[in-house]
Amino acid sequence: MSFALRDAGCEVIYLGLRSTPTEMMTVAVEEDVDVIGASILSGAHLPIAGDLIAERSRHCLEHVPVVVGGIVPPRDVARLLEMGVDEVFPAGTAIADVVNRITALADSRQERP
Amino acid sequence: MSETAQNPTTGSGIPVARLYTAADLGDPAALDERIGAPGQPPFTRGPYAEMYRQRLWTMRQYAGYGSAEDTNQRFHYLLEQGQTALSVAFDLPTQLGLDSSAPAAKAEVGRVGVAIDTADDMADLFAGLPLDDLSVNFTINATAPIILAFYLVAAERQGADRSQLAGTLQNDILKEFVARKTFIFPPEPSMRLVGDVVEFCTSEAPRFNPISITGYHAREAGCDTVQELAFTMSDAIAYAELLVGRGLSFDAFAPRFSFHFATTLEMFEEVAKLRVARRLWAQIARDRFGATNPEAMRLRFFSGCSGATLTAQQPLNNVVRSTIQCLGAVLGGAQSIHVMGYDEAMAIPTDEAVTLALRTQQIIAHETGVADTVDPLAGSYFVEALTDELEARATELIGVIDGLGGAVAAIEAGVPQRWIAESAYRSEMAVANLTAVKVGVNAHVEEEDATELRLFELDEMGRDRQLARLDRHLEGRADVSDALAALSGAATSGQNVMEPLIEAARRGATLGELSDVFRKAFGTHREPSLW
Repeated sequence: MSFALRDAGCEVIYLGLRSTPTEMMTVAVEEDVDVIGASILSGAHLPIAGDLIAERSRHCLEHVPVVVGGIVPPRDVARLLEMGVDEVFPAGTAIADVVNRITALADSRQERP
Repeated sequence: MSETAQNPTTGSGIPVARLYTAADLGDPAALDERIGAPGQPPFTRGPYAEMYRQRLWTMRQYAGYGSAEDTNQRFHYLLEQGQTALSVAFDLPTQLGLDSSAPAAKAEVGRVGVAIDTADDMADLFAGLPLDDLSVNFTINATAPIILAFYLVAAERQGADRSQLAGTLQNDILKEFVARKTFIFPPEPSMRLVGDVVEFCTSEAPRFNPISITGYHAREAGCDTVQELAFTMSDAIAYAELLVGRGLSFDAFAPRFSFHFATTLEMFEEVAKLRVARRLWAQIARDRFGATNPEAMRLRFFSGCSGATLTAQQPLNNVVRSTIQCLGAVLGGAQSIHVMGYDEAMAIPTDEAVTLALRTQQIIAHETGVADTVDPLAGSYFVEALTDELEARATELIGVIDGLGGAVAAIEAGVPQRWIAESAYRSEMAVANLTAVKVGVNAHVEEEDATELRLFELDEMGRDRQLARLDRHLEGRADVSDALAALSGAATSGQNVMEPLIEAARRGATLGELSDVFRKAFGTHREPSLW
């Protein structure tokens, strides 16, 4: 995924495996990122997304979109969106689709004053 | 997979000709020598003379979720359905040396496998299952010595003798750094723990495979068959060198080396790969380690059908994919096989999906006749030519890894990790730009409502039950600090950790406490960034 975003002209800061939501938000502040993404394969996407959204508020980053991809059953996509996740990419989403939706989010953020 | 219909290649990039003939195989006498007889070096045709005529492969579905009791129920169910051995999936906290009560474990308890905090949990996992009569596979790596200690204590409580225990501990830390990523400690002390386990089992539990050297996860992460062969062999060489360096005899420990490969849909290349793996290991054992015991040259393996080839779209298609993969593993001469559930691109499998996966194995075993003769594809012009070509390419890549200083040095430099990332991106792009067809994904796509599929739902109260269990355990046990101190002494002095671990496990020490002893002695590892 990092390669695909890089090839689309994005700068990717990949934190590696098992980064905590707090670590992710700290880096998001330091690097002034346009989009925050998490890949979750273990089935723990609901509680982790909850932590991500809470940590995002705690770091005053509500204006930065959060996206989640991974092994997400269809029933959980709507739940994640209700929790405040901006885009969900379950297994099987085409890579080009992921890139397009992430770059669109990044563009809309940059357009804001 | 092919680049174009006019110019096809295998997944690892070997050009595929229109037609193969005897001319592709060279001198018939040399071919006879390369493939030999089953049960004899170089074992190309199989590790045993009789193969499935004498004994079918072991049907070993990987299973685990929730608490020990939850998984125990599924184990009983699988055995009632005709499964012939067990394979335990552990949750991430157990794999990462965290008790279920650790803050970092919060979201993950019981999710991708069973939560095991103590030897008591392990005993409950196998309640009603006679351990001196069952073969159990443990997919566990960084915490493998601890899980083995818990298992030995559970067996002890059943009255089973160590020397009678059969099964396999994955205990292959190198591929964790490369692909699977549940490492805890830095490479060097991690290797030492692998060595302690193998050394211990070689003398104390001689029927138990103390390591399963695994190319599966690198393959699932995106590498090709040539890389899978080379990584697996290079890792095996690194472990064997470590053990020989401790003064152990290769002929004594290598017969209990077990291996683990992926089988994807490209059946002919997979069968060729599995035959090459046996041939390469026989050569390596003989030429690098001076093996004289044929059993030390004999590669036995477990095959996991590929989860990465399964799709979330049109999930029933995965039944077809898994069937072909399982057939490939059988034609390649596997000793045990796991077939994926068709719903595993979305969740852990339901009972129904697991049962169908097991039935897939049973149908191939009993209704196709494929088990009636040994290595039925031998002599196929195509398969033998592919076998020779894969062997040449894998041998060359093993040479490249040797040139980097061997598997450990190559991994510390991040080289195989980068190869896998690049290879994975290439195959993703092939699907994206339609040079590779994936039915239901980029061809023959249907508008569908996947929500209709009934998926497994984890009982979210399971974590609370596990926490309550752990609390009761901690309240009820006597002080374990001297047992932990003894383990710490062994960890820092270089003495084999297994006996002090087993004693601490008997006394009720938790997985987190035992892992903390190692963390203090060895430090922890953080992956260097590839970018």
